[in-house]
Amino acid sequence: MSEWPLYEVFLRGKRGLNHVHVGSLHAPDDRFALMHARDVYTRRNEGVSIWVVRACEITASSPDEKDPMFAPSGDKVYRHPTFYDIPAHVPHL
Amino acid sequence: MTVTETELAEHFEATVARGDRIEPRDWMPEAYRKTLIRQIAQHAHSEIIGMQPEGNWISRAPSLRRKAILLAKVQDEAGHGLYLYSACETLGTARRELTEKLLSGKQKYSSIFNYPTPSYADVGTIGWLVDGAAICNQVPLCRTSFGPYGRAMIRICKEESFHQRQGYELLMTMMRGTEEQRAMVQESVDRFWWPALMMFGPPDDASPHTGQSMAWGIKRNTNDELRQKFVDMTVPQARALGVTLPDPELRWNSERRAHDFGEPDWDEFWAVVEGNGPCNAERLDRRRRAHEDGAWVRDAAVAFAEEGAR
Repeated sequence: MSEWPLYEVFLRGKRGLNHVHVGSLHAPDDRFALMHARDVYTRRNEGVSIWVVRACEITASSPDEKDPMFAPSGDKVYRHPTFYDIPAHVPHL
Repeated sequence: MTVTETELAEHFEATVARGDRIEPRDWMPEAYRKTLIRQIAQHAHSEIIGMQPEGNWISRAPSLRRKAILLAKVQDEAGHGLYLYSACETLGTARRELTEKLLSGKQKYSSIFNYPTPSYADVGTIGWLVDGAAICNQVPLCRTSFGPYGRAMIRICKEESFHQRQGYELLMTMMRGTEEQRAMVQESVDRFWWPALMMFGPPDDASPHTGQSMAWGIKRNTNDELRQKFVDMTVPQARALGVTLPDPELRWNSERRAHDFGEPDWDEFWAVVEGNGPCNAERLDRRRRAHEDGAWVRDAAVAFAEEGAR
């Protein structure tokens, strides 16, 4: 028997917030995925909006690539405000 | 049963009145959408054009440390432009269209970037005053009524703090230097003070969009309120730095518990908005050239992607 494709589910908790990944589910098509997502992930008013996307449509970095992928920002301490010494008596900076 | 336009409008008004956010798939009045596209596009274009005045000093930064900082900052401006273009695209406008409208002059960017940066001290002054004014403007926009715009502003404000601090630290370093270096800082502050005050836009009684934008929760404060806040925040910073802000009318008003200050030259402001500032033509020309010179990169990327798909 053929298996339904896997979908990833993203919920917006309330207006103004980003959609956040909450989990996944299987569904025969997009429409069903949305209905299943509602039933599986929002039974207690967890969201005001749902996104579903086929898992195979997501391109992700792999954990093995963590170093080469993110190392370039590791040594750039000057991108952080705390890198700059501002005397304590200067307000609002 | 069909929902009427009146009901949709009532729902929209109620959402805004509750202080809730409007999200891209919600119904919204056409004028609200238009106003947002105009404002977010102008904001995005400002980040992109804003790379130029400071980018001018990357190749001539006085040390590797200052060069790395300046590169990181200009890189951030590009990033901020991209966050904002994406937010604008959720309103149903295409990226290509936005770029075209910038290049043809149909959409504007902040007038501050039409001023030149002839001195290295300008890198510090821009960080302190221009980014300082931008932060004043942007912090309340984190609570703007359109969700994607507010979320972009939250990211931007978080990153912007480094911009202002590096500028102030640069100026502090110069102020500890020679007499000549201190004079450079003062000269730069003299040039940028008034244009920085103009960044908040025309006075409230000459700002046609403010009333409606406040009612819609797009803007949270009027131009004059934000300008006052900026002056009050900046005065003690100038004192600590040891520079004079070039306004003879600037003084503390103990009754108002705020600073009184002079009127910016609004004729100059409108002249720059209309395209007659010192660098308007140069900025757009540079952006147009960058777009044209980059065409082969975009074409190559598409060709490479097609190759991979085969």
